[in-house]
Amino acid sequence: MQIKVDLSGLHQTQLHEYAIRFFFGGLITAIAGIIAKEFGAIVGGLFLAFPAIFPASATLIENHEKQKKQEKGLRGTQRGREAASVDAAGSAMGSVGLLVFASIVWQFAPRHSTWIVLMGATVAWLIASVLVWYVRKQV
Amino acid sequence: MSQILIRFLVGGAVVSAFAIIGDLLKPKSFAGLFGAAPSVALATLGLTIATEGASYAATESRSMIAGAIAFMAFASCVSWVMMRYKMSALLVTICSIPLWFGVAFGLKYIWLK
Repeated sequence: MQIKVDLSGLHQTQLHEYAIRFFFGGLITAIAGIIAKEFGAIVGGLFLAFPAIFPASATLIENHEKQKKQEKGLRGTQRGREAASVDAAGSAMGSVGLLVFASIVWQFAPRHSTWIVLMGATVAWLIASVLVWYVRKQV
Repeated sequence: MSQILIRFLVGGAVVSAFAIIGDLLKPKSFAGLFGAAPSVALATLGLTIATEGASYAATESRSMIAGAIAFMAFASCVSWVMMRYKMSALLVTICSIPLWFGVAFGLKYIWLK
């Protein structure tokens, strides 16, 4: 299966949908900081992998796929759910990369430059996620 | 207060950026990888290292491993339920959030004492 960049995805998303994701993304980042301050780094760290915008993103995907089908005269409800389900399966694969990211920062942050560690961990997240996705597609 | 505001703005921007990248990619399963991007961590850890030190950030990152395992359980559950039952994405995702809390805090008590 070929990976493609489809710019039409940008036009489908409305301004308020971008705003909702910005708001929830910002909110959980701020809350993670407050929780770490109140309850310590161990509890605060859990929230660095909290699925903050997942409900908003999944709903958005479901609605967009539904709209596409409705434009063709179909109901599209089932197609919308399937698309959101497939996207969630991709996120489950991506969480392996998230685990790799966290492990790298845990091991290397105390002894190396912050930005090199964060950049390296981000690259490792991407490689691990894509690798899991690719292997899953081959099986 | 200003640090919370900075976290909110940086967090919103980073999370939105990864979400937009996900919007642009196909197939959907590949785009989904960006739903599990370390966006909150990237927005937070730089600031945490600057203010609390690298050891504090390392402790947070160790906990994030438990959070990532919980995320995997959450996303797998959402995918399975949505494929199997006729329920809306919003209902399934919100009802699955307690699963994330259960797995994350379960691992905290077992592993991160």
